[in-house]
Amino acid sequence: MDFVRFENVSLAYQPGSPFAIEDVSLSIRENEFISLVGPSGCGKSTVMKLVTGLKPPSKGYVYVDGREVGGPQKCVGMAFQASNLLPWRTTLQNVMLPMEIVEPYRSTLRAKRAEYEEQARALLKRVGLAGFENKFPWELSGGMQQRASICRALIHKPRLLMLDEPFGALDAFTREELWCMVRDLWQEEPFTVVLVTHDLREAVFLADTVYVMSKRPGRILVKREIDLPRPRDLEVTYTEPFAAYVHELREHIGHIRES
Amino acid sequence: MLSQKTLIRLAPWLVILALGLIWEAVVVGFQVPEFLFPSLSAVWRSTLTHWDPIMMHATQTFLTTLAGFGIAVVVGLVLGAAVGSSPVIYKALYPLLVGFNSIPKVAFVPVLVVWFGIGTIPAILTAFLISFFPVVVNVATGLATLEPELEDVLRSLGASRFDILKKVGLPRAMPYFFASLKVAITLAFVGSVISETVASNLGIGYLMMAASSSMDMALVFAGLIVIGIMGVVMYELFAFAERRLTGWAHRNPNGAL
Repeated sequence: MDFVRFENVSLAYQPGSPFAIEDVSLSIRENEFISLVGPSGCGKSTVMKLVTGLKPPSKGYVYVDGREVGGPQKCVGMAFQASNLLPWRTTLQNVMLPMEIVEPYRSTLRAKRAEYEEQARALLKRVGLAGFENKFPWELSGGMQQRASICRALIHKPRLLMLDEPFGALDAFTREELWCMVRDLWQEEPFTVVLVTHDLREAVFLADTVYVMSKRPGRILVKREIDLPRPRDLEVTYTEPFAAYVHELREHIGHIRES
Repeated sequence: MLSQKTLIRLAPWLVILALGLIWEAVVVGFQVPEFLFPSLSAVWRSTLTHWDPIMMHATQTFLTTLAGFGIAVVVGLVLGAAVGSSPVIYKALYPLLVGFNSIPKVAFVPVLVVWFGIGTIPAILTAFLISFFPVVVNVATGLATLEPELEDVLRSLGASRFDILKKVGLPRAMPYFFASLKVAITLAFVGSVISETVASNLGIGYLMMAASSSMDMALVFAGLIVIGIMGVVMYELFAFAERRLTGWAHRNPNGAL
């Protein structure tokens, strides 16, 4: 059974304006890690808005967990290129934010606050932020902010994690560290991931399946399964099969840009 | 040699001192008659002579201003939250608010007097009318400039509009709100004194009106200075509260003005 399914989905942000994405069909298995790549402005983020129910499709159907999406989903975690942490909250309080909103945590927060905070601390420790719980976001480096942002996206144990270029603003070394962090979190307790990125190496390293999208209006041009054994080590990025995948995807993108 | 830090702390006092000395020197040096422009020392003597009435009228003005300001804060917060979180209410109310704010409030005082009689109530209302607008605009701006991604994060968790307002909108608007309080309190003084000048028999505005009609310019200036001092003290109070409550927004040491 597919966890997320798109059936011939098109979306125009305003009625009458050109489609941002057109006739997109794809299906994502439960606990699959997929990646969307493509030239800028190809509607990758639009796909995210559709999956999370923040936008309804203009045509076609979006299903999550067997049900048609009819409004904002409740089992989703999101992280963006900007960490979007709240500057008036400490790191721990930021990570606790979903617990104040999502059920069943929300109604039990008063009684079980200590327990939930312990979970948040454990998760922060897991991503290497032990000792920074009471620091404010602006006291953290960019990479640390992004780690905290991903903790916030995962604390309520969502079944679906949406990552919209989450590592785009980081330097190369920090980015690779965070790849491994996401890989480990996902491998320990699997969940379904949709990763939007410009970075082909990132897509191939992390994802089970990579989708290449066309220029606006975005369509799915290529679906490529990545058959590299798991768990993947960073070393894999220097191997021949890895390079072949990246090269192949790069050629697709090159064709799109020329056309 | 003074350190940079002491210099920054002393600077406002030095400027006031210098200004006072220049004032005194000009008036004494050019022998300006006191009924035109009294010297600072004459103003000081007048303040001491009329200490009790000045304090009495100042208290009246102070309480009037605070009352008007208090109403302005409550109304400003509610109206600002409404205008900032709903595009429909924004479109509907903004022209009216801007138009109303463009009316000189001194022109409105006679209307208030007809409705409420001479005295404290028109002064409170004028203070309110003149000072609620910056609160509305700032709270609305703080809410309306919420990052869409932040809203998406919360909406994708299933947050209601009220949740978003409570968890993100209002805390994020707090620096804007406190900035507006500093403007609003000084405007509130302007409002209450204007009203007292036109239609009251109490308050610093009335005192100055009475003093100028008897050509007691020293007392008029004493009144002006008292209003100024009250304004500065209240401004500093809100600036202090702002730094304590929204320190996260003022990390730059030069930004905490």
